[in-house]
Amino acid sequence: MRRVYITGIGQTPVREHWDRSARDLAASSILQALEQAGIDKADAIYVGNALSGELTGQEQLAALIADFAGLTGTEAIRVEAAGASGGAAVRLGYLAVASGVHDTVLVTGVEKMSDLSGPAVEEALATSTDEEYEAIHGLSIAASHALLMRRYMYDYDLERRDFAHFSVNSHRNAVNNEYAMFRRPITVEAFEKARLVADPISLLDSAPVADGAATIVLCSDKAAGKRANSSVEITGSALATDAVALHDRPNPLFLRAVQESAHKAYAQAGVTPKQIDIFEPHDAFAILAALSLEASGLAPEGEGVRLAMEGEIALEGRIPICTMGGQKARGYPVGAAGVYQIVELAQQLRGDAGANQVDARVGMTQSIGGTGATAVTHILRSP
Amino acid sequence: MSLAKHWRLQQQRYRLIGVQCEDCGAKLLPRRLVCPQCKSHNLQPYSFKGQGMVYSHTVVYDAPSGYDGYVPYPAALVRLDEGPLVATQLTDVDIDEPYIGMPVEMVTRRLREHGESGMIVYGYKFRPKLKD
Ligand SMILES: [Zn+2]
Repeated sequence: MRRVYITGIGQTPVREHWDRSARDLAASSILQALEQAGIDKADAIYVGNALSGELTGQEQLAALIADFAGLTGTEAIRVEAAGASGGAAVRLGYLAVASGVHDTVLVTGVEKMSDLSGPAVEEALATSTDEEYEAIHGLSIAASHALLMRRYMYDYDLERRDFAHFSVNSHRNAVNNEYAMFRRPITVEAFEKARLVADPISLLDSAPVADGAATIVLCSDKAAGKRANSSVEITGSALATDAVALHDRPNPLFLRAVQESAHKAYAQAGVTPKQIDIFEPHDAFAILAALSLEASGLAPEGEGVRLAMEGEIALEGRIPICTMGGQKARGYPVGAAGVYQIVELAQQLRGDAGANQVDARVGMTQSIGGTGATAVTHILRSP
Repeated sequence: MSLAKHWRLQQQRYRLIGVQCEDCGAKLLPRRLVCPQCKSHNLQPYSFKGQGMVYSHTVVYDAPSGYDGYVPYPAALVRLDEGPLVATQLTDVDIDEPYIGMPVEMVTRRLREHGESGMIVYGYKFRPKLKD
């Protein structure tokens, strides 16, 4: 296997971009990444996108994006794995370069969500669950996570407000991220008072759907040349799956795919959980971030929420998470999220994170589909 | 909206028919071709009694299209007496009544209507268990 470097990154602000469609957003992030990498073409483009057909009526999105980014003719494929689409696209890009098939690839994550209204978006998001046995019963994606959160509160004797610290942390970190959607801090009190979307999950516990695109350039050491010395390297990459439906898992509070992908990535990178300096988890809901910390070995079982309550997830804490705002406050363009995570972690590991800079050598991202059926873990190392 | 899509699930939706593994005894809902516990392919139909307890519960306020006319509605994961969990709405109950451990039983109810075709989909919901 060959070494794989990130030689360019690009991102659009995460917003409701009324004036831009998916192709515009994607092309814009691609042009930024190409310029930063000092190249004008790539061997292939992997496009992470969850809901383009469902939300915008556009399929065959990868070919469209290649054309509008000025890369007509380039190998281009869309990768779908619900909320893990972005991470899964990074995984394919990594495989293509590590295997020696390609020397330079683009991985783009894009989602255009603001064209449809609430119930239609909820219907689209629920397609990540088991359609015949979960969605048909009117379970929204928030409701599925609410079932996890309620049981977790019962098992570990916690209250709804105890989960606030994840959102408080994400919003605080987003203040300094110009690409983030919500750049205002929130309080525990505001979290407590927020309107419920699926009891006990509230608006301030749900990552906001939004429009956005992010792109990374992945290069072999040969293609990176001298840039390799100043580039972030992907040292671990793994994807694992679990039953799609919560009811098909022996213990719904155990995220098996997260554990498997994390442990494979640790082994490949030659690190232990203790050596992870910074973590970008899939915080679509606080309960998912808590369960991810536990399944990844960064918190003992049942202690994920306490880690947040004790301030250990803050920039100055033991394991900083969502350092640029995470899904909760940077915003959650579903299929793009996994690529935004890599872009943000690369900023941190290059020392380009501005006011939110963490002293970090090794970092980890995790991209999750639905309630945990697909989990993609990547471990990155600073230059 | 396809009729066949719902018709082919009627055994599961109306009668909670799953499978039992003839090799390790696992009882599974929904049905599958391979036992997730022992990998056996020897699975035979099994009819669940439709009795269980609430494992976890929620109230949906922001619903997907097709369900937004019913909000707020309670939903749950129910642990059936035979072992499996099942995702379901709760019915014949106030939204603040359900609790973890609540005994419940299956009933057949309307799951949703499809607006333009007017097709109504029926299936299981669970209600608080009536006194024996
Ligand atoms: Zn078996």
